[in-house]
Amino acid sequence: MDELTNVYIQESREQLAEMEAGLLRLEQNPDDGDNIDAIFRAAHTIKGGSGVIECAFIEQFTHRVENLLDALRNGEASVSGALATLLLECCDHMGRLIDVLAAQQPEPDAQLVEHGNALTGRLQAFLDQTAGTGAGSANLTVQEDEGTVESSGGGVVDTDAWHISIRFGPNVLRGGTDPLSFIRFLGSLGEIIGIETIADAIPSAEEMDPESCYLGFEIRLQTKSSKSDIERIFDFVREDCDLRILSPQSKVSDYVRLIQELPEDTLRLGEMLVRCGALTQAEIDQGLRDQKQTTEVTGEETPPPLGEILVGNKVVHPEIVEAAVTRQTQVVEKKAREAQLVRVHADKLDQLIDLIGELVIAGASANLLALKSRNGELVEATSVLSRLVESIRDSALQLRMVQIGDTFTRFNRVVRDVSKDLGKEIELSISGAETELDKSVVEKIGDPLMHLVRNSLDHGIEPVEQRLARGKPACGRVLLNAFHDSGSIVIQVSDDGGGLNREKIRAKAIERELIQPTDSLSDAEIINLIFEPGFSTVDQVSKLSGRGVGMDVVRRNIQALRGTVEVTSAEGQGTTFTIRLPLTLAIIDGFLVGVGKASYVIPLDAVVECIEHKNLAGDRNFLNLRGEALPFIRLRKLFEVEGSPPARESIVVVQFGGQRAGIVVDQLMGEFQTVIKPLGRLFSNLRGISGSTILGSGEVALILDVAALVNIVTRSEEERLLTNRNSASPQLAYTGSSTFVSSGR
Amino acid sequence: MTTTQTLCLAKDMTIYNALDQKQELLDALSSSDDVELDLSQVGEIDTAGLQLLILMKKEAQRAGKRVVIVAHSQPVRSLIDFCNLAADLGDPLVIPASEAN
Repeated sequence: MDELTNVYIQESREQLAEMEAGLLRLEQNPDDGDNIDAIFRAAHTIKGGSGVIECAFIEQFTHRVENLLDALRNGEASVSGALATLLLECCDHMGRLIDVLAAQQPEPDAQLVEHGNALTGRLQAFLDQTAGTGAGSANLTVQEDEGTVESSGGGVVDTDAWHISIRFGPNVLRGGTDPLSFIRFLGSLGEIIGIETIADAIPSAEEMDPESCYLGFEIRLQTKSSKSDIERIFDFVREDCDLRILSPQSKVSDYVRLIQELPEDTLRLGEMLVRCGALTQAEIDQGLRDQKQTTEVTGEETPPPLGEILVGNKVVHPEIVEAAVTRQTQVVEKKAREAQLVRVHADKLDQLIDLIGELVIAGASANLLALKSRNGELVEATSVLSRLVESIRDSALQLRMVQIGDTFTRFNRVVRDVSKDLGKEIELSISGAETELDKSVVEKIGDPLMHLVRNSLDHGIEPVEQRLARGKPACGRVLLNAFHDSGSIVIQVSDDGGGLNREKIRAKAIERELIQPTDSLSDAEIINLIFEPGFSTVDQVSKLSGRGVGMDVVRRNIQALRGTVEVTSAEGQGTTFTIRLPLTLAIIDGFLVGVGKASYVIPLDAVVECIEHKNLAGDRNFLNLRGEALPFIRLRKLFEVEGSPPARESIVVVQFGGQRAGIVVDQLMGEFQTVIKPLGRLFSNLRGISGSTILGSGEVALILDVAALVNIVTRSEEERLLTNRNSASPQLAYTGSSTFVSSGR
Repeated sequence: MTTTQTLCLAKDMTIYNALDQKQELLDALSSSDDVELDLSQVGEIDTAGLQLLILMKKEAQRAGKRVVIVAHSQPVRSLIDFCNLAADLGDPLVIPASEAN
C-alpha cells in the first residue's frame, strides 16, 4: 500500500472517532452549532481524502452522509434520536469501508454494499423529509446514483452555497486596488467554504508584467445574502473584471456553461470546481458528458474522467500531492491542538524498550564490577552512567504511556446503544480520563472493560419502574474512573444499580459445587465468587451478557496483564468493579531484599517503610506498628527456604489497595532497577511471584507479587477471625503457605 | 550552477516593489538550479506578490529547476492559506505552536 493511502487510513480513523464523539454529543446538545460543524468537517475531510486517493466507494457513501449533515448544519433538518442512530450507523459503515481499503481489497463485498445501500435509502428518506418540511429553504436532493443529473429536480447540484467565479482584468492593480481585499471582504457576508486560485493566465516570465493582474478565483460562499449584495462588493472593480455568480440552486448545466464560457481549459477548470467543493467529480463528469451528447461541442475529444487527470497531475507535480497531504496533516494537528506529533511504529518502541532493558542490566553489572575494583573514579563514572540510564529508561517508558481517556470515551457509544436496546435510561460519567498507562495495557484492557460495562448496563442498572420504586432517579449512572495508586493504575467501573445478591451467589456457588455449604466465607469472598468459571446468576440469558462465560474470562484477561480485579457491592445501592494493573510491563524501580542465598525484588512503589524485626515470639503473625496491627508474613517460611534465619531480620512494610502488610526478610539490599522478565508458562499458576529479573552479577532474582502477598496475609487473618467467630475454640492457624501453593482452581 | 542559492526578500511583496522583485527573483532563478526563498522578513504581501510567487513556481517547473519557499512570515502564510495555494506552492508550511489552536 502506498504511503498516501496509509496516511489517509490513519487520519480517517481519527476523523471517524471525532465524528462519532461529535454525534454522541449531538444527542445531548442538539443545538450546538460548533459541534455540528465539527462533525461535518470530519466527514468532509474523509470524503476529500478519499478523492485524493481515488477510493470511489468511500467517497460515494461519505458524500451522501455529508449531504444530510449539511442539511443539519443549515438547520433544515432537526436532530432526533433516529437521526443520530442513523448517522452513527453510517459512521460504523464508513469504518468498515476504511477496513476494506486497509485490507487492500478493490471494493467492499456484496453484504457490505447491500448494507451501504440500505443506509443510503434511510439517508434519502431523511433528506426527502427535510425537503418536504423546509419549503422555503434551499432545495436539497441527494444523488441516487453517480449522475446527479438524473435525480429529481432536473439535476440540481446538491450544495447550498453560492458559486462565485471571478477573473480580474489586467489593470486592477494599477488602479490601486488589491483584488484579494475584495475576496477577503466576501468573508464578511458569510463563510467562504472553498476557494481556488486560478493562475493559469500568468504568461511566461518575459511577458509577465508584475503590475498587471492575472489572477482569478473560484469561490464557494455560504451566505444568506442576495446576489446583489455579493455583486456590490465588486462594484469598485466592476468595469475591470469578469464576474459570474451562480445561486445555490444552480443546475449542473449552469456550471457546465460557466466552465465553457471561462477562458481556462475546460478540464482544468472542472478540476478546480471539484476542488473548491462546487461539484463532485461524478457530477462534473456526467455533466460534461451529457453536454457532449446533446449539443455538438466542436473540436475537442471526449474528456477523460477527471480521475485520470488527477493521476496525470500527480505524475507531473508529485510535490503537489505531497504538499496537500502535509497540509492536511497540519490542519488535523491544528485542530487537535497538538503542536507537534511524530508517528512511530509501536514495534520500534518495543525494540527501544528491550534495548534499554538490556542496557539497565549491563549497567548494573558494570556498577558491580566497579564497586569490586575499589577504583574511586570508576565507581563515580559508573554511577553517573547509571543515573543517565535511569533517565533514559524513564523517558523511554514515558513514550509508551497513553491516556486512558480514548478507551473510556469509546464506551459512550456502547452505553448509548445498549441503553436504547434495553429501554433503560443510563448515563455514563467518566473521570480520570487523563490517567496514563502503558500502551500495550490500554490495548488489552478494552475487552475486559467492555464486559464489565455491559454487565453493569445489563444486570446492574434496574429497569426504570424498579428504580423509581426504590426511590432512585430514573436515569441510571455508570461511572468509569481511573487513577494511580502506589505504582499501579486503578480502573473502576461502578453503577448505582441493584447490587449483587449475596445469598443468591452463595446458593449458586453451592449448586455449582464451587464451595461447600459448610464453608465459612466473608462477604467479600462471596461476591468475588462471580469471577469463578461458569458462574452466572441471571436466570434468563440476554443478548448482551449472562451466558455464564464472561467474568472468569475478564479475570483471566486481567491476570494476564499482571493485574487483579475485584468487586464490592452494596445491595440495592450499586456495584463497583475495581481493576488494578501495573503501570508498565517492562521496567520498574525495585527494592532488593535477601532471604538465605536468594534475592527477591519488591516493586519500590509498593514499599512504605522498612523496620527492624525484633525477635517476636514464635508463631505470631502480626505486630503492633505505632498502635495499629500489622499482619506480616515470613518469606523464608512462605518459600520454604532452608536454613535458619539470622539473628536480626527486617520487615518491609508494603501497601497494596489500601491494605498494609509486612514481609519478613533476612537482609535489605537497597534499590535496584528491575527489568521484568516474564516467567515461563510453566510457572503461570505460581502465586506470590510476578516475574524474574537479572542482577548485575548475572544471578536471577524473583520479583514478588505484592498484591498476592498482601492478599495471602490478609486472607489468613480473615480466616483466622472467621474460624474464631464460627467455632468457639480459638484456633491460631497459619494458612499462608497452603494458600500459596494452591494453583488456579 | 548546482549549488543552492538562498534568496531572502527583505521588502514587502506589494505592487510597489513588484517590478524590482520580479527582476531579483528571475535573476536568482537564472543563476542557479535550486533557489530557496526566505520570506520570513516579508511584512506584507498582496496580489502582485502572490503572482510573483506563482510565476517563480511556474518558471522553475518549466525550466526543470527547483524553487522552494523555506520560510514564511505570518502574512505570507495566511495569504497562501486563504487562497488555498498551499498545495500549489508546494512547500511545507510551518505552523508555529503558538498559532496552532
